[in-house]
Amino acid sequence: MATPTAATRIRRQLRTSPWLFAAPGLLVTGAFVLYPFVSTLVNSFTDRRTLLPGHFVGLANFRELLHDDMFWTGLRNSTLYVLCVVPALVVLPLLLALLVQKNIPGITFFRSAFYTPVVASIVVVGLIWVWLLDERGLVNALLETVGIGRVGFLSDQWLLLLSAMAVTVWKGLGYYMIIYLAALANVPRELHEAAAVDGAGAVRRFFSVTLPAVRSTMVLVAALSSVAAFKVFSEVYLMAGPSGGPAGEDTTLVMLVQRTGTGLTGRVGYASALSVVVFVVTVALMLLVLRADRKEEA
Amino acid sequence: MSVLEKVRTEPADPADRARERRLTDQHGRRVHVGELLWRYVLLLAVLALTVGPFLWQLSTSLKGPTEDIYSSPPSFLPGHPTLHNYTRVADTIPVWDYALNSLKVAAANVVTNCVGSALAGYALARLRYRGRGATTLVFVLAMLVPVEGIVIAQFTTMRELGLNNTLIGVVLPGAIGAMNVLLMRNAFRNLPYEIEEAAYVDGANVWQRFRRIALPSVKGTLAVVAIFAFMGAWDDFLWPLIVLSDPSKFTLTIGLNYLHGTFANDERLVAAGTVIAVAPLIALFACLQRYFFRGVGEGAVKG
Repeated sequence: MATPTAATRIRRQLRTSPWLFAAPGLLVTGAFVLYPFVSTLVNSFTDRRTLLPGHFVGLANFRELLHDDMFWTGLRNSTLYVLCVVPALVVLPLLLALLVQKNIPGITFFRSAFYTPVVASIVVVGLIWVWLLDERGLVNALLETVGIGRVGFLSDQWLLLLSAMAVTVWKGLGYYMIIYLAALANVPRELHEAAAVDGAGAVRRFFSVTLPAVRSTMVLVAALSSVAAFKVFSEVYLMAGPSGGPAGEDTTLVMLVQRTGTGLTGRVGYASALSVVVFVVTVALMLLVLRADRKEEA
Repeated sequence: MSVLEKVRTEPADPADRARERRLTDQHGRRVHVGELLWRYVLLLAVLALTVGPFLWQLSTSLKGPTEDIYSSPPSFLPGHPTLHNYTRVADTIPVWDYALNSLKVAAANVVTNCVGSALAGYALARLRYRGRGATTLVFVLAMLVPVEGIVIAQFTTMRELGLNNTLIGVVLPGAIGAMNVLLMRNAFRNLPYEIEEAAYVDGANVWQRFRRIALPSVKGTLAVVAIFAFMGAWDDFLWPLIVLSDPSKFTLTIGLNYLHGTFANDERLVAAGTVIAVAPLIALFACLQRYFFRGVGEGAVKG
């Protein structure tokens, strides 16, 4: 079998086949992720539109940003989103994980049930909550029954943003709960037992044993959820409408990107500048979380 | 390793387990009845909060046109359950065509992601060649790019290729996810080298080693990639919203958004639409929970 021709063939195959294996992945990644990334950076310095090629305009787009009220509204809402959603998503799933950690009868059912919102599309989730929080929806019907009266969750600017945040937290709970469950399973049981012998109650043990053990997981959850929260789009789009409320006061940064850059009259250049802000803040958030982690450790 | 495998470290002996099950936790320690009670109360409360909204949506979709859906106090169960709203939603928007479009997109996404990421992952994990480090770096960088920041450029790229407003255009950007490639790479790297070495000595070529030996050993990770590719494509909203403009090409999520925007007052109709969109995924999740949870663990560590 080992004729010279076969040997050459194998050698040639060794040289080319790795690239053949990697080619489809490299092609898709290059054409639809890396090229768009670079072209976003390039376009942010042009006045390109959907149907017009565009010219180099230097920093004009970024200068326009500074005077664009809608940009500041979007940045404010996306930042508020991070500030409110992240603490909730770091703490609540941990408590939930503690609740479902013990293997009591039926617990696998509860774990799976709590995960259901993660599986559903954000569009389904958004529309379910639009109906629940409707002026005449279930939540208001219940509030009226207990005598509180109806609340305009979806008509007030701030209540709407808060409701959207609640929906984000509701949908994310199960996901981060599973991450925490894995971390909790690695907490040595001896630590708990030793603390219990020393007379530490459940609350004390939570703060002195559990919390230090899952600290790195909390940082991970903070990093993941803050990046996701800053890029929020669907929840607010569905609950406030495509324009982010009557005067656009609930617009988020990514909603602004979508609204500015798409359609036949889309301002690709300006939307790209907005996208660059999304990149920069996303990276900054990651670094911030990781740095806060290191400082705490020191 | 699966997250739940770690969580469920129960006593090994099944007889032991059956006897002690009711009174002990996973470490074999006793659980007091009082504690058990408040745990179940809390569990049921969270259950009502997480699953309740889905059931309310289902209930709304089954209520007939004469039934008051706005009553206060609310009536949780439909008085006369009817499937009328499901036929109505199909008369209003081509919901089954949209479901078929979603299914096509999701199925294509599963195939391309499984094939593409297995091939590339194998090259990164097992094949030695110049440029391997650079290839790995390309996928790591691609994983870090936030999709929301490049959708506009992806849209112009699709226009340049003449693929905007097509289902192929919906599939392409996520066809081979960088994270899936890296997941497959790690799965292949964790296989013992010896088996493949033996095949190599026996004269098996790269393709045979990949297809017959390596691939069957990473079925678990492949299943995770498949499930998340399906769920990602079925649930996606922002990208199809941008790339599709022709209502006949809509996927379910975009169709639902359209339904909600146009017939917002008809809550029964929207409810029926959302039930159609979510039911397949809940069924999938019920059957394959293990892989869903495993994916969270692997994805979080890498992401």
